[in-house]
Amino acid sequence: MMGVILFAIFATAAVACGINLVLQRHPVTSALSLIGVMGSLAVLYLLLGAEFIAAVQLIVYAGAIMVLFLFVIMLLNAGEERKIPGKSLVSKLIGLPVFVLFLGLVAYLIQTQYTHAGSPVEFDAFTGGGPREVGKALFTTYLLPFEVTSVLILIAILGAIVLARKEID
Amino acid sequence: MPANLWPSSTDLLRFGPEILLTLIGTLFMVLEPLLDGKRIFRTLSILTLLGAAGVTLAAHDAPGLSFSNMVIVDGFATFFRLLVLGVAILTVFLSGDYLEKEGHETGEFYALVLFSVVGQCIMACANELIMVFVGIEISSIASYILTGYLRDDKRNNEAAIKYFLLGSFATAFLLYGVAWIYGLTGSTNLTDIRTVLSSPNFTNSASLVGMSAALMFVGFAFKVSAAPFQSWAPDVYQGAPSPVSAFMSAGPKAAAFAVFIRVFLTAYGPISDTWTPLVAMAALATMTIGNFAALRQTNIKRLLAYSSIAHAGYVLVAIAAHSTVGTQAVMFYLASYVFMNVGAFAVVTYFARKGEQYVSIDDLSGLAVRQPAMAAMLTIFMLSLIGVPLTAGFFGKFYIFKAALDANLVWLTILGLLNSAVAAYYYLRILVVMYMREPGEATNNMDEAPFALRVTVWASALATLVLGVMPGLLLDVAGRWVLAIAR
Repeated sequence: MMGVILFAIFATAAVACGINLVLQRHPVTSALSLIGVMGSLAVLYLLLGAEFIAAVQLIVYAGAIMVLFLFVIMLLNAGEERKIPGKSLVSKLIGLPVFVLFLGLVAYLIQTQYTHAGSPVEFDAFTGGGPREVGKALFTTYLLPFEVTSVLILIAILGAIVLARKEID
Repeated sequence: MPANLWPSSTDLLRFGPEILLTLIGTLFMVLEPLLDGKRIFRTLSILTLLGAAGVTLAAHDAPGLSFSNMVIVDGFATFFRLLVLGVAILTVFLSGDYLEKEGHETGEFYALVLFSVVGQCIMACANELIMVFVGIEISSIASYILTGYLRDDKRNNEAAIKYFLLGSFATAFLLYGVAWIYGLTGSTNLTDIRTVLSSPNFTNSASLVGMSAALMFVGFAFKVSAAPFQSWAPDVYQGAPSPVSAFMSAGPKAAAFAVFIRVFLTAYGPISDTWTPLVAMAALATMTIGNFAALRQTNIKRLLAYSSIAHAGYVLVAIAAHSTVGTQAVMFYLASYVFMNVGAFAVVTYFARKGEQYVSIDDLSGLAVRQPAMAAMLTIFMLSLIGVPLTAGFFGKFYIFKAALDANLVWLTILGLLNSAVAAYYYLRILVVMYMREPGEATNNMDEAPFALRVTVWASALATLVLGVMPGLLLDVAGRWVLAIAR
């Protein structure tokens, strides 16, 4: 029961922060809302028994990455976002209804079609989310994706150098 | 029990091409500041790519699953690995002189090409959705950066930012689809998903699985520039450096088709009735939008972009057929498409000259008088893109529409053939401008094409003609290495 209440609170918070993130016009406010999303997600992970992921979410995402994010925004001295005048009528009129329709469809499908042996989600039922289990999976079954992800990060660094260094001679 | 963390030698061999390319790509980053002349990177890249092709063939002799079923080495993977390596070799040949002329030749460019190929090779051999995702991301991020490579050029910047934003959005859809199928089946492994979906104990309805397939389709359709997710392609191909456009329209696209086919045939095979109509509709929309939009283009790079959208539509026709013959046709088509398209972009690269000043179709007027050889080559590529007999394009289209007919997709075949007829108009217009108009300002003062570029053009033209006369050479290979459909 406690789990359900906590879930309701933090799921709502995550969605509210997410919407706020998009609606805000100032990048700093948006970034702060993103921290709210990340923090709420961390609690949801914790509720599902993924302690390690929850900790990583807080330390790496809500902590380190968001601090960098804010640094960049402040270094760039990014001000309030300008309103883009030439937005097409189609995106204005159809965008939101289609999005709502999509969400409705997803919710309807899950509500009516999803069957599962036992209850769909049980809080506190899963206990394999500690650092030991995650580490084991990461270095045995998922060793290759783990290693290959380093190539992904390497290429992003390389790209940053190519696009942002002082001059190409 | 302490797990043995060091992979076995067979594992390493099966993942060998990617390991080799990553190591050399990293080496490039170290060597770049140490070497003054950048030309050495061209040679090194070609040698590396050839080496990787060798390792691919060696790995093919040890087929099977590797790294806890993350990677599968089969004929299908080998075929597409060789294909993307071939594209990369042609691209390196094409890029060297272009970059030198623009004064931007660096080791990083070649490193990016190598890493991009790593991603595409992973896409070709991935047997796990996580690997699929990582492969696609490696390949895409490399493409975003290559698009904006000439960062002082506004067109490059615009193309790169558009590509990056839309591409990230599409990837999010792919990931959402992965999350759905994981929630439904408890696995991200393609073979496991298949097993779960086809087991009688699986009670969830096909509409939920179809939802995940549809979400993943959005991601893949974006990567292969299929309608209605094609709108990025013209802007990006037009804005990117020409050799990069050649690369993107061939390599990442072929790899995306490979992974698309593997995911939908393997994992979603049991619900093929749900997704084949979707793919057929997308195929029709893609062909039609590509061809009709191409009719009005005046910029040749933009025209080739719309043509590449249309060709993605033809490939989707064969995928919608959902048959072994269809997959074989896709393999043949993509391989022949690589040569004609890279060849066409190579001629454009040559013609556009420094700063890509001459990219309008009218600029080509009288090319046949001044540069008869180049005009003849471009003619071969255009005829092949139309699908005229004696070129590779003819057999490519022939096998695709034959596969569609075999699968009783008569309406799609007829509409596809009508589309090909429409397409003939805009390809022939280029020929008319080249052969029937007087040379203009752009054609009058042209330098001789650099040697490497000529090699690319001649090799592509030769391959286009050889495959047009003897399609069996490639079709047999495709037939042996095709991804069979398990019933």
